[in-house]
Amino acid sequence: MNRLHLVFARPWIWSFIAAVIVWFATVLVTGGAGALGLSHAALTFAAFSVIVGLGQMFVITLGPGNIDLSVPATMTLAGTVALKLMDVQDGMIIAGLVIAILLGIAIGIGNYALIKLLRIPPIIATLSMSFIVQSTAIWANRGLRIKPPDMLASFTTSSFLGIPNIAIVAVLLSLAAWVLLERTIYGRWISAIGQSIFAARMTGIPVDGTRLVTYTLCAVLAAVCGYLLASFSGGAALNMGAEYLLMSIAVVVIGGTAVAGGDSNIPGIWGASLFMFLVVSMLNTYGFGAGVRLILTGLIILAVILAAGGRKVVR
Amino acid sequence: MADAMSAQTIVAARGIKIQFGAVKALDGADLEIRQGECIGLVGHNGAGKSTIVNVINGGLTPHAGDLVYGSGQGHGIALARQNGVRCVFQELSLCSNLTVGENARIMNRNLGGWNWRRRALALVRNKLDEIFPGHGIDCGSTVGDLSIAQRQMVEIAISFTDAETPARLVILDEPTSSLDSGLAAQLMAYVRRFAAGGGAVLLISHILGEILSTSNRIVVMKDGKVVADRPTSAFTTRSLVETMGSVVKDRQRSTRQHTGERRLSLPARKGEGLAFEAFGGEIVGFAGLGGHGQTQALLDLYLSENGNWLPNRSPVAFVAGDRGLNGIFPLWSILRNLSIASLGALSKRTLVDDGREAELGEYWKKKIEIRTPDTGNFILSLSGGNQQKVLFARALATSASIVLMDDPMRGVDVGTKQEVYEILRSEAASGRTFVWYSTEMDEIELCDRVYVFRDGVIVAELAGDEITEEKVLASSFAGGEH
Amino acid sequence: MRISAETFRQIIPAVSLVLLLGAVFYMQPRAMSYTGLNLLFNLAVPIALATVAQMLIMSVNDLDLSMGTFVSFSACVAATYLQSAPLIGVAILLAAIAVYATIGMLIHMRELPSIVVTLGMSFVWGGLAVLMLPQPGGQAPGWARWLMTAKPPLVPLAIVASVVIAVVTHLIVSRSSFGVLVRGIGGNTRSVARAGWSVLGLRAATYALAGFFAILSGIALVGLTTSADANIALRYTLLSIAGVILGGGEFVGGRVSPVGAVIGALTLTLAGSFLSFMRISPDWQIGAQGAILIIVLGLRLAFNLFEKRRRTR
Repeated sequence: MNRLHLVFARPWIWSFIAAVIVWFATVLVTGGAGALGLSHAALTFAAFSVIVGLGQMFVITLGPGNIDLSVPATMTLAGTVALKLMDVQDGMIIAGLVIAILLGIAIGIGNYALIKLLRIPPIIATLSMSFIVQSTAIWANRGLRIKPPDMLASFTTSSFLGIPNIAIVAVLLSLAAWVLLERTIYGRWISAIGQSIFAARMTGIPVDGTRLVTYTLCAVLAAVCGYLLASFSGGAALNMGAEYLLMSIAVVVIGGTAVAGGDSNIPGIWGASLFMFLVVSMLNTYGFGAGVRLILTGLIILAVILAAGGRKVVR
Repeated sequence: MADAMSAQTIVAARGIKIQFGAVKALDGADLEIRQGECIGLVGHNGAGKSTIVNVINGGLTPHAGDLVYGSGQGHGIALARQNGVRCVFQELSLCSNLTVGENARIMNRNLGGWNWRRRALALVRNKLDEIFPGHGIDCGSTVGDLSIAQRQMVEIAISFTDAETPARLVILDEPTSSLDSGLAAQLMAYVRRFAAGGGAVLLISHILGEILSTSNRIVVMKDGKVVADRPTSAFTTRSLVETMGSVVKDRQRSTRQHTGERRLSLPARKGEGLAFEAFGGEIVGFAGLGGHGQTQALLDLYLSENGNWLPNRSPVAFVAGDRGLNGIFPLWSILRNLSIASLGALSKRTLVDDGREAELGEYWKKKIEIRTPDTGNFILSLSGGNQQKVLFARALATSASIVLMDDPMRGVDVGTKQEVYEILRSEAASGRTFVWYSTEMDEIELCDRVYVFRDGVIVAELAGDEITEEKVLASSFAGGEH
Repeated sequence: MRISAETFRQIIPAVSLVLLLGAVFYMQPRAMSYTGLNLLFNLAVPIALATVAQMLIMSVNDLDLSMGTFVSFSACVAATYLQSAPLIGVAILLAAIAVYATIGMLIHMRELPSIVVTLGMSFVWGGLAVLMLPQPGGQAPGWARWLMTAKPPLVPLAIVASVVIAVVTHLIVSRSSFGVLVRGIGGNTRSVARAGWSVLGLRAATYALAGFFAILSGIALVGLTTSADANIALRYTLLSIAGVILGGGEFVGGRVSPVGAVIGALTLTLAGSFLSFMRISPDWQIGAQGAILIIVLGLRLAFNLFEKRRRTR
């Protein structure tokens, strides 16, 4: 009884339960025919949300007001530039990945530099940054759609033991993020900063250094996701990051990470990402359009934060 | 009850008791304020001055005792305001983004209607002219553009205006803290005129000269009780300071001389007063009335030693006073709260070693007796005193040779205090330096050396047998030295 | 007489608008005419209204990330129900205002971060808009069309309307008791509450008023474009925030200026034309907007630091 209670006390369990229910609801309609395909697609597309969601989660953990709106622009730029550099040559795959990561590092440092130097809220700093990054991406793209190297394209679109390679990559990244969050000093530090930035400072935590690393980490994950997504979809498109702006925040919030900061949750991001994709498929199966899907998404986010509440008053 | 109240009584508080956790903030305090009176309220830290003020202005509900206003018995902010009770708080409570006139509008609920702007302006301008003739404040300007002194003047003027209900009792809590002597004199003159005209003022100030020259009755508080309530003529500075202090107790003075080298120093604050230094194995006290720059001095000491960008190897640890605000991490377990400052020593290649962390938790749980079955429990499951012990353990568990303490024992029960004092003594004996800001005299008396703060500056240094309540009080209050 | 910091803060946006306008006239003298001005500022009216709405939210230290989708939603209502069945249309819009007030109360009561709540709402408004107009279409109500295409003598409508919006919001936010209380919440919530006002009610009213102005923005937009679609105003979230900042507003502390916000909206509208006159490739137009925002914020910071130093001296 106590065990069961403990399991249900974990906020991430709810997103998984919801995902499973929606999966069944969808499969029921198709009479079980599309079960395998649906699961496969869900894992693939959820994986992209997970990768950007992980970065956004680290940033949101830093506490109220911390959010990175430059995620979509970073994805687009990294995807565009990496494909351009690789120029369909298999030998350049690693170089492409490296350039994507370097771009991520540069954007992350730029974001925090704006926050710190201009003393403006992260939301505006990352927004201004995203304008510039997006323009750079438009300029770099020049309307040409360059194909990814064949090896990379087939890697991102194929599976290993029935599990999409992309999902495997996302799982590995999640495990790394989990270790970072739960086992390292850095993980303790971001959680402490999110709970009380002043108390964190007064226990000797280098607050600025930690926040800089976190914003950089978020941008790097977005860049890697952009690199993979561009390869997966056969080329970079200028609007390829657009839907991940809200998605990256939504999966974090629905996954049980505290909006007020300090308490993050990696399994929940998986549950929420699967859930978000499956809701879309379910509503499509039932013949509902994009409108109902959006409304439901919004209501789910609202319900989750209303249930979780704001910062608990501590006295 | 009502017959005991004379017609001129504005508010009468009888036998008020208020308790915060284990601390009795008010223990049966009596205070009656009549029209035409200016009452000086004095007392040391924790005597209950601000608590009784908050009871009278409706902010706090008494746990026992009667509170009777002119209009009848009861309590609450609305009732207090109806009876013309106004309060100027020690922290500035104006909206700095609004103009002086607009702030007057917010404070006066029924100033609305057509052309309120002109009326609000006239109201506050006339009052400013009345209190501070020649003030030179432009009432159309934004409060944020004014100097601190001007803001304080505006706030005082607004609380003396009568738009809604006439101001009958104005509580001034350290009203002259940022006014120069000329402005302070103007204010005191106005306070006397206001009282002579039938109003009442409750004046709290650390400048005894102001109290003695302005008030016609002085109330001295100590340990949540009123210990003296006599006409001003019955007091001198010397007798006031004596009345605030307690009976001299016998105590063992640590005659220890510091042995270690100089560990920490700070030049004279604001270029005035004395410089600060601390040596190895010493307990240095920061005394003085609360809010006179002690916390800021500790923060400056701490932040100058701890960087914000790279991992720190600092020899200084900090124990917070306001647990909820800047001490504990509320989402974490006891163990995590305890170990956060010493993770560097507990980890290999930045990976935290669980086993060693748990060991550390067990060691400190035993050593300072944190009352919990399991350090894995949430920090909020502990009582306030035990939370404070965890914060102590957090600092002591580090290798830091200097521990700064920001009045950490406020609101902690006596038993816990004694335990912590014991640990402090043994840690100091083994060579650690403690810098201890405390608002409690008992704790100041435990120190080897004490710096007394007033108006953000160190005004006195006491050592050994000089550390007495009388000496600390005399230095805390301006004009109390002779 | 020394100019106060506050006045200075309000003059800067106006000066930058005039400079920008001068630069545009210099490069394109033909713009210096009735039609030219009308073309330059045509889209300014809905942007100004949305900026004013965002400014109201920002004056209580919140931020509305659903502004763009909500204006799109209002535009869709205007192009469908308001045109075909005015009564139902008005009822829908009133309900939307009530929702805004409710959100304001929820944010206050449960101490929720406005960013995330309005983010959730942006999905809801977007979904409702898509339900109404799955494809671009609809038709602007005749009166809205007439109003937005009116040609007043001497001065183009966009300018007249901007002045009217600036004056009206100035009266509400900067002159009325209500405005003082709202900005008081932004400046020092505790002292407003301590003086006996209901902060909850004030915040609800602020949100409702913001919803009202956002609806006007949607109607004005449809009046200009004649038809609507669900994504018509998505840019407005960012534009409205940028407009408030350009106009001298701050994110926290209740420092907002309605006149400044309208000027900020005009500046943003003009900046688009300016960049194309500069022959800056369209690729860099968004980036230039970001750069402008950063430069303005940088200048603001420099100014504030200078002010602080002057005061402490």
